[in-house]
Amino acid sequence: MSILVNRNTRVMVQGITGKEGSFHATQCKAYGTKVVAGVTPGKAGQDVEGIPVFNTVRDAVKKEQCDTSLIFVPPQFCADAILEAAEAGIKLVICITEGIPVNDMVKVKRALSGRDVRLIGPNCPGVITVDEAKIGIMPGFIHKKGIVGVVSRSGTLTYEAVYQLSTLGLGETTCVGIGGDPVNGTGFVDVLPLFEKDPETQAIVMIGEIGGDAEEKAAEFIKKNVKKPVISFIAGITAPPGRRMGHAGAIISGGKGTATEKMKALEAAGVRVVKNPAEIGNAVKKELGR
Amino acid sequence: MNVHEFQAKSMFAQFGVPVPRGKEITSSETAMAWATELNSPVFVVKAQIHAGGRGKAGGVKITKNKAEVPGLAKDLIGKTLITHQTGPKGRVVHRLLIEEGANIAKELYLSILVDRDSGWPVFIASTEGGMEIEEVAAHTPEKIIKEPIDPAVGFQGYNGRNITFALGLNTIEPAVVNPFIQMLGNLYRLFMEKNCALVEINPLIITKEKTVVALDGKVSFDDNGLFRHQDVKQMRDLNEEEPLEIEATANDLNYVKLDGNIGCMVNGAGLAMATMDVIKLAGSEPANFLDVGGGATKETVAAGFRILLKDPNVKGIFINIFGGIVRCERIANGVIEAAKEVKITVPLVVRLQGTNAEEGRKLLAESGLKLEVANDLWEAAQKIVKLTGKAA
Repeated sequence: MSILVNRNTRVMVQGITGKEGSFHATQCKAYGTKVVAGVTPGKAGQDVEGIPVFNTVRDAVKKEQCDTSLIFVPPQFCADAILEAAEAGIKLVICITEGIPVNDMVKVKRALSGRDVRLIGPNCPGVITVDEAKIGIMPGFIHKKGIVGVVSRSGTLTYEAVYQLSTLGLGETTCVGIGGDPVNGTGFVDVLPLFEKDPETQAIVMIGEIGGDAEEKAAEFIKKNVKKPVISFIAGITAPPGRRMGHAGAIISGGKGTATEKMKALEAAGVRVVKNPAEIGNAVKKELGR
Repeated sequence: MNVHEFQAKSMFAQFGVPVPRGKEITSSETAMAWATELNSPVFVVKAQIHAGGRGKAGGVKITKNKAEVPGLAKDLIGKTLITHQTGPKGRVVHRLLIEEGANIAKELYLSILVDRDSGWPVFIASTEGGMEIEEVAAHTPEKIIKEPIDPAVGFQGYNGRNITFALGLNTIEPAVVNPFIQMLGNLYRLFMEKNCALVEINPLIITKEKTVVALDGKVSFDDNGLFRHQDVKQMRDLNEEEPLEIEATANDLNYVKLDGNIGCMVNGAGLAMATMDVIKLAGSEPANFLDVGGGATKETVAAGFRILLKDPNVKGIFINIFGGIVRCERIANGVIEAAKEVKITVPLVVRLQGTNAEEGRKLLAESGLKLEVANDLWEAAQKIVKLTGKAA
């Protein structure tokens, strides 16, 4: 068991002939992921390392029965690409692209609401179920099959946490990057119940950062619905208000969204909050009594 | 990206949101000519900086005497304004907005932004115009009106009526109800079409002549949407930005200057923030946020060094790279090459982890460079803090 993706997931890569798209499609396939199709308009008939390319998502779905899409297309075309995937019947859309205008995402999110499709991202590293499917840009080799579910707003900081979990021998089940943008498809509160239900996941690592109130919402949810131990780190306690810290979503505005507020809310919900990002792995170990 | 009030108001005018007659002025000579042309009973001279609290800091002058306008302009241009948003250094005034005064009957507050939770744009309105909206929200939350707009269909009449009647405009001044609703629709259009992150009018006034006027205006644009709007891009005022941040942007680096003395260079925004946090935990303060991104090369590393070393507060540098797609031996080579071009005069700690970390560390150790190599994050943070001394 695992969440969201597994060895049977059939993946299509939108933007597969681009530099990023072709590199990562190849990497995902090498990890063992079933990457069965790619889409680049006008390039049907070509292939990327043996992965057939189609003009449209509709064609790819029809020919290769893909259920998941991994998106690398440039930000200005992303809203279009996500909607195309949803319209063609893709159930899980994972969008890696960084820099999509917020108001584009506002329209996309509205258009997807009420439909049978889940969007992960944008501006995220993707999703990996260890030893089964890597659908994203994370380095596969740092992961180790194990018992911790990871959900995070950040990329390299997730790798840092995963590295600690792997080194300590705890390992991971599935790692989900939900992305650093203010309007995204999937939030902490969507992923937490999946980990809670997954029999292999024994503990959950949740990595948040300043900005917005996703962590506060998660705290509320955990208090009511999550029995498994949750360990959390919130990045940006040293960040000044009003400045955007890299991610479009990482900004403290109007005194809201500070790391301290988020940590307080999570602690009140029974989450073990670590102040030192180098201690994430050890905190999980302690929480599991190992 | 932020713009000046006069630029925000020109956007308002373009979208049919009424503003006072006014003009951007950069010298006392042109101030006189414009005052003559404006020919208003009251003149308002407003300093243009990207910060709120200008009125309290003495950046807004009002006079009924046209002859006084050039003098007021002269006083303000070149003056350093210190407000609660500028920090202690303040901002130098380079330009003014000179506009006609208004007869205020009632001040309102109005803004529009995206509610992150729902992902819908939302209007925020209040009868408590001219005040700090955060204060109003904290002390009298019942006076804050929120109206979400369904992005599938955009602004509808009922949205306008909900806001207007909740504000009680029908009793305050019935004549402005319809123009007010129309103005709300225009603001929504501006917000969506120009990829705004925030549009705020405080105060939005009802005049004694029964009109609605945006007396102030603040617009922030979503940086990710700028590629669609050449007109907005041209509004960028480099005077309002930190010089090192301008240089960083030109090199595709994401840099924010802070006040501590440990410069840091990291790949990824989340890890960069976490690195700042760990420096503080180890007993010092970060000098900056710097994300070199996923495609870090020798050139970006070199540019990063140059920027960090230009900050006179920097007493040590901490490089923290978690190699994923970025391979650590490339970063190590980047550091070695950059060190040849840029003289590194402060202690340096390099922490490499992830893809090809071993090779990277070996390269650095054999390079003959004066630096310390670390394996894990906490060890590295403690090393750099020890080398530079704790924050005062």
